[in-house]
Parts: sequence; structure tokens; C-alpha cells
Amino acid sequence: MRAFAELLEGLTFAPQRNAKLRLMDRYFRQRPDPDRGYGLAALTGDLAFTGAKPALIRELVATRVDPILFALSYDFVGDLAETAALIWPGGSPSASPPSLAAVVETLSGAGRKDVPAFVEGWLDGLDASARYALLKLITGGLRVGVSARLAKTAAAGFGGVPLAEVEELWHGLKPPYLDLFAWLEGRKPRPETRSAIGFRPLMLANPLDEDELDRLDPSAYACEWKWDGIRVQIAAGNGEARLFSRTGDDIGASFPDILADVDFAAVLDGELLVAREREIAPFNDLQQRLGRKAVTRAMMTRYPAHVRLYDILLDGDEDLRGLPLSERRRRLERWYDAHRPGRMDLSPLLEFADWARLAALRASSRAAGIEGLMLKQWRSPYLAGRPKGPWFKWKRAPLTADCVLMYAQRGHGKRSSFYSDYTFGCWRNGGDDATADELVPVGKAYSGFTDAELVELDRWVRRNTVDNFGPVRVVAPALVLEIAFDAVQVSTRHKSGVAMRFPRVHRIRWDKPAAEADRLEALRALIESAATGGEKLASGR
Amino acid sequence: MTRLAELVLRRARERTGPGTMDATATDRQRWQPRWLRPTVAGLWCEPGRFYIDPTRPVDRAVITHGHADHARPGHRSTLATAETAAIMRARYGDDAGPVESLGYNVPLSLGDVVVRLVPAGHILGSAQVAIEYRGCRVVVSGDYKRRPDPTCAGFEVVPCDVFITEATFGLPVFRHPPDSHEVERLLQSLRLFPERCHLVGAYALGKCQRLIMLLRRAGYDRTIWLHGALVNLCNVYARAGVQLGPIGTVSGGARRALAGEIVLCPPSALADRWARAFPDPVTAMASGWMGIRQRVRQRGVELPLVISDHADWDELTATLDDVGAPGVLVTHGREEALVHYAASRGYRASALSVAGFEDEDD
Repeated sequence: MRAFAELLEGLTFAPQRNAKLRLMDRYFRQRPDPDRGYGLAALTGDLAFTGAKPALIRELVATRVDPILFALSYDFVGDLAETAALIWPGGSPSASPPSLAAVVETLSGAGRKDVPAFVEGWLDGLDASARYALLKLITGGLRVGVSARLAKTAAAGFGGVPLAEVEELWHGLKPPYLDLFAWLEGRKPRPETRSAIGFRPLMLANPLDEDELDRLDPSAYACEWKWDGIRVQIAAGNGEARLFSRTGDDIGASFPDILADVDFAAVLDGELLVAREREIAPFNDLQQRLGRKAVTRAMMTRYPAHVRLYDILLDGDEDLRGLPLSERRRRLERWYDAHRPGRMDLSPLLEFADWARLAALRASSRAAGIEGLMLKQWRSPYLAGRPKGPWFKWKRAPLTADCVLMYAQRGHGKRSSFYSDYTFGCWRNGGDDATADELVPVGKAYSGFTDAELVELDRWVRRNTVDNFGPVRVVAPALVLEIAFDAVQVSTRHKSGVAMRFPRVHRIRWDKPAAEADRLEALRALIESAATGGEKLASGR
Repeated sequence: MTRLAELVLRRARERTGPGTMDATATDRQRWQPRWLRPTVAGLWCEPGRFYIDPTRPVDRAVITHGHADHARPGHRSTLATAETAAIMRARYGDDAGPVESLGYNVPLSLGDVVVRLVPAGHILGSAQVAIEYRGCRVVVSGDYKRRPDPTCAGFEVVPCDVFITEATFGLPVFRHPPDSHEVERLLQSLRLFPERCHLVGAYALGKCQRLIMLLRRAGYDRTIWLHGALVNLCNVYARAGVQLGPIGTVSGGARRALAGEIVLCPPSALADRWARAFPDPVTAMASGWMGIRQRVRQRGVELPLVISDHADWDELTATLDDVGAPGVLVTHGREEALVHYAASRGYRASALSVAGFEDEDD
């Protein structure tokens, strides 16, 4: 547990991706099997224990610690597992504390009523940092700022193999991944996975550089809408079905309505959306469904999920990824006609003669559910990752608003001495005193400016600070930031009632008086709904 | 305070009655020394006519140690250890005013009381103040710690009637790991990231010099680089015989050459413009607060080092038993938990609020 605890601590506080990768790489190098495999599984979220709940922690602590001292401590620390780990009156950590593997294997074999005694014994044998790691491990939710994908990236880097290969294998493997590590270390051949329901790494697009457009031949490209949902893969066969996110996370549990309609053997690529009567709802609706462990019937009725299909990777056992897109599209259409699964349809192809016509189409696309256009070379095979050239995304032009800088916070890593995180607001009528306007925060941005601009912004923040709340500086309402964003959504979580998608600083308006910044009403007018969209699903072909 | 904490406390008070949690007014009068009491200017010893660590200029001050919130300039006369006097002169120059130095454990009559300064183990020159008046001995701990520190004399236990203890880390979640363990983590990080500069925030007086000595003991013999604000006090330590080894001062363009080196700076400098232009720095901080994750995140610290010059919970509670004073007054921090603990152990205990101390960086 010691090494695992150190790993978690390092990952929690290291702001840089590279530093996190180095920490994981060192862990894989230094820890023996099966410890490192369980460590990897903990980071990818592939370990789950049923018998250990937060209530167990409370009960155990109550047997050892004065309730008043615990209450005061919990009040100060604010996190149950952390308080328990720090306050646990274990005498001295034992000379041979349990290994991660011992903990994992004991717990998965233990009956529910035996769990407390095991946990108590381990707590006694560990130091505070390892106790914290143990409690976080068994109650789930490490929260160390590492995605499953980053952990897989570290494993791939450790073995010097492409990430896509690890991702493709992943769902055929089980912790503690002995075969995987044997392969990564070159001791054994690549593990065989013939599973139909494994994840196949997705093919991703690069942003289009508009200056290059004239050099591309319009007839060589298929074009379709870039739907504003989340990219998914449906993998099904032998009576099983999985729904994977873009990064290979299994999100099927959140979308039983989609999987209920899957009775075929194929691997499909598409966009997960919320759609009513085939009309795409704003992304905000989809967000209500994301990340839920269990989903109620009411949620499914209110926010019906839908997959709009882009591509077919496997039809039965036949791997189509080597075929050109033109052929795959034909196969997809033929497949769709044969199966017609509910809650799925085809992403239509858009007709266009030249780039000018396409640009006009893009300019007119303001409907909810559409983020822009996708260009795909007809002859492109389906390649894992983000190859340069065959696929482009051409997002619609962003919206902009002039907002007033309100609060600033320091960044992390290289930016830790810079005020680089900005909260900005718009004007609205000040409520009780109807004569005065007040600023209400509408969003937060961390990007979009150059390093030189960051230095200037930082200097401005330091000179114009009027108050501090912990790490947050309140600045005089005097600087206008032109914010670019993809959309505005209704939000009940924000005081302003609106939330921006992907806000970033577009320009710093040193010249513009703050009083002339935009009003909240102007933002609210941009809120999208399916009803106002011009581009309902058109047949397109 | 959360609803939960309030509820638990209220229940406990109902159950045990007020006397054990906090002294009632009459009880307080009986056991607390009326001749030593908090005032707006600081803790006032009436029969001795002096203040301990006063917050504003007074006629006579007794100073426990050199931290700026305890040792302030401008008193008409000041009594402190020779080391504290040297620190005050280095910090304040002539503004320090006349400082009379008193050796450890040398009794001195002041007015109607006898005062002794006793090592507190906090930083160089730090002292507890033991005061005897009419057969009653009160010890004011000042800031202290119990674990060995290569830069100062260790804490000495003085049996007494009333012990006034600090409680900066007065919650059982504060149990500082061994120093050697934390220093090893810093050295490990240097090995893992040899191309990154390790920028360590450390309080300028005490923590900085102790950290340097801990690194030396761990076998680190390279030059340790200092922010300019740390140099003055390091010189004071060197003159007092603390051998810090090779140290250098960070200046201008030289920062780029400090990849893989250790640079110490005041905690505030970590977020300052000064911290820029170091090669890909690992931001570290040596402080007792670094045991709490939220504090680490707030500070944007990548490598938290739990090294404190204050007693942790185990040291605080052990000290109550070592000193064995029947009366305990708790000041300067999270008093409530330690008062509760002391009361549950049979001491007469109460909080004593003395204004004007800050140790967020320690």
C-alpha cells in the first residue's frame, strides 16, 4: 500500500500530464506483479468493492475516537476518508504492511460481514497516507486527476507500444493484467482478444485550416453534420452489447435504453444524443443523462437517448476497418436497412458541389445539436487515433460576447504564479434597486490568450485587485474580455441562469469601457432549443 | 462549524455538564492566575509589570521568540534570549530598541515575580517563560515542539501549577510524520525529476534553516539556493554556530541554470512573480498545514512536505502529561479540541484568547 499511496499522492498534486505519466511509469517499473496491475485497475476504475461504504468508515472510527474530537476534526478537514485516515489512532505502522494485491484479493473474496474486521486490521498496520489510499480505494472514487485513458497511456508508454493497441485489448483483460504487463515487458506475445464486444479505438478528426481548403478536392470528401453529443461506439455480439465512450470507458449502465435495442453482431461508430421524434435536443439535455450509475424510467422518458450512426467497423466477424469510407458507408446503409434498430438512425450525408456552397451551409447552421461540419475522405480506411489528413472537423464560427472580468485565480504548474483563470460577468438590472446595474458571473475561461497577453492580464489583475477571498482575487469591474463560446445553455446551477459551452478569451478589449459590455438579456437570447433550430434532421441525400 | 459538529458538542455539554468542557466563571476565578491575564496589548503580568509577546509598543516586553507576530519592535525595554535578541536586531536594526538578553534557566527578578526563560524547541532562541509569584508557578509555553531540531535547544519540561500552551495544531488530525521521511520525499522527487528546479516554500525564520540542516543530515551536500529574503536570517543562524553548508543566493538570469537544484523561498514567493523563469519548477512547501489536502490544493503545491516547528497533537497531549500542571490554559490555535481533551483527562482546562498571532505559513 505504501507505494500505491505515494503514487496517489503524487498524482493528486502534480498538475502536469507529463509528471503524472512519469509517476505512473515509475510505479509500473518498481512494483512487482500483481501489485502494479491492481494499481492500474484502480486508476482505470476497473476495481469495485461492494462491502465497503462510507458508513463503514464512520462506524470504525466511532469505535476508536472520541466523537467530539472527531466532529471538530471532520469540520476542519471536510473529507470523511481524509479525516479518518489522519485521526486513526494506529500505534506504529507495522514493518510489513499489507500490499495492494493482498488488500484487493482479500476484499474481493471476503463476505460482507468480514469486511470491517479486515479494514480495521489494515488501518492499524498503515501510516496516514496509506490509510487514506486504502479508504479511497475501497469506497471508490480515487479522484487523483487521472482519467482511465491517461493511465492506459502510461501503461502503453511503459511498454513502448501505441495507446490504441492497449485500448483495443483492454476490454478482454482482467485485473491484475499479468498478460498485459508480460507483453509490455516483451516477455510474452500480445494477448489474444477475439471478443466481439471489445473496444476499438476511434478514428478522430483534425480541425480544418480554412486556408488549406482550396487545395482539397471537394469530390474526394464526404460531408456530414458534426452532431453535438458525445462520440460513442456500440460493440455487440454473442448476445452481449457494450456502449463505449470515445476513450473506451464503458458507459452502458447509463444508457440501458440504447442497449435494449441491440440484438445484432456489429461494431458501430456514432454520436450519442438526446432526441425527441428524431429531433436533436441541446447538449444540456444529454448532460442530464451522463455519468449516472443508475437511470430511472422517468429520466429515460424525459431525456430519450439516441445514436446517430457514422460508421461501421465490424459486421459480424468481418473487420471492415481496412475498407475505404465509401465502401464502409455502403455497408453501413445496407446493414441499417437490414436491422433498423430503434433509437438509431444514420447521420445523413450532405450534398455540395464546391467549398463555397459548404461554407454557406456551415454559416447557416445555428441549430441546437449541430456543432459544425465533418469532412471525411472517401478513400480513408478507419484508422485508430487522429491521423493527419483524412478527416477534418469544421466547427461553426463561435459566438462572442463582451464580458467584464470579475475574479481571477492563479493557475497550476507553469502558470502557478500567474492569475490565469478568469471569471467574467455581464450586466443585469440590480433587482431591488432597479436603477443600478450589477454584474453577474456568466462563465470562466482559462485559455485563448497568448503568453504575452497572460503577462499583461496578470499585471492588470494585481494592480486592480479590490478584495481577496482565499485564493480568489476580486478585481475592479473595469476590463472587458471578448469571450468566444460555442453555445449558451440554461443552467440552474449558475446564478445567472445561463452556462456557456467552451468559453475562451477571444480578445482583450483594453479599449472598451466596462459599462458598454453585454447584458445578460443578450446572452439569454442566444439560448438554444430544438424548436428554434433551422436544421432539423434533413434527409440530405 | 458544521451542524454536525455543533450538535455533537451541544450533546456532549449536556451530558457532562459545563465544568468539564469549559470552566464556569467562579471556577475560573479560583484556579486561573488573576495576576497574569490577556489584554488588548497582549498577555499582561501585573506583579512583574511586563507583557509577554505584546502586540503593540509597551514599557517592558518579554519575548518568547523571534517570529514577527511575537517579537515586535518599539518597546521601551525588551527581555529575550541572546539568540532572539540577535534575530530582532537583524530584522529591525535600531528599531528593535534596547534588548536585554537572558540566558536559558537563569532566574531573574522582575518586580514581585521571578522569571526564567526555558528552551521551547521551536526555533533558534525560542523560550518558554516560567513565572513564579507567591508560590505559584505559571509556564507560558510560547510556540514549541518536542521533536529534535538541529538548529535549536530542545524543549525542557518545567513542572508548574498552570500551563499555558499553544494549540496551533490542536486537532488529532495533525500528527506530523518524522522529518527524515519528508526530506527523503523531497530528495526522491529530485531523483525522479532531475531536470526540474525544486522550489520549496519555507518560513524565513526557523523552517528555512531547519530544512537546510535536515537536508545536510540526509547527505545532500550541493549548494542550496536562497531567495534574497532568507539570507539575512541564515547569517544569524550561521553566526550562532549552525553550520548550513554551501548556500547561494538566486539572482536574475541565473535561475535558468537551476534545473535539478533546491531553491528555498518564503511561502508567499511561490505565487509571486519572483517564482517565474525557473526551469519547470516543482512547487513544494514545508509546513504543518501540508498534511491537509485542501490546504495543499489552495496553495497550488505539487510536493507537500509536512514539516512543522509547532507541536502536533501527540506532542501537545504528551506535553500536558509531562508538565503535569493541574490547570491548563489553551491559546493560539484550535483551542476547543485540546480543552476538551485536557478536561477529559482530568485537568482543569479553559481557552485563553490572546489576539494577534498568525501562523498560516508555518
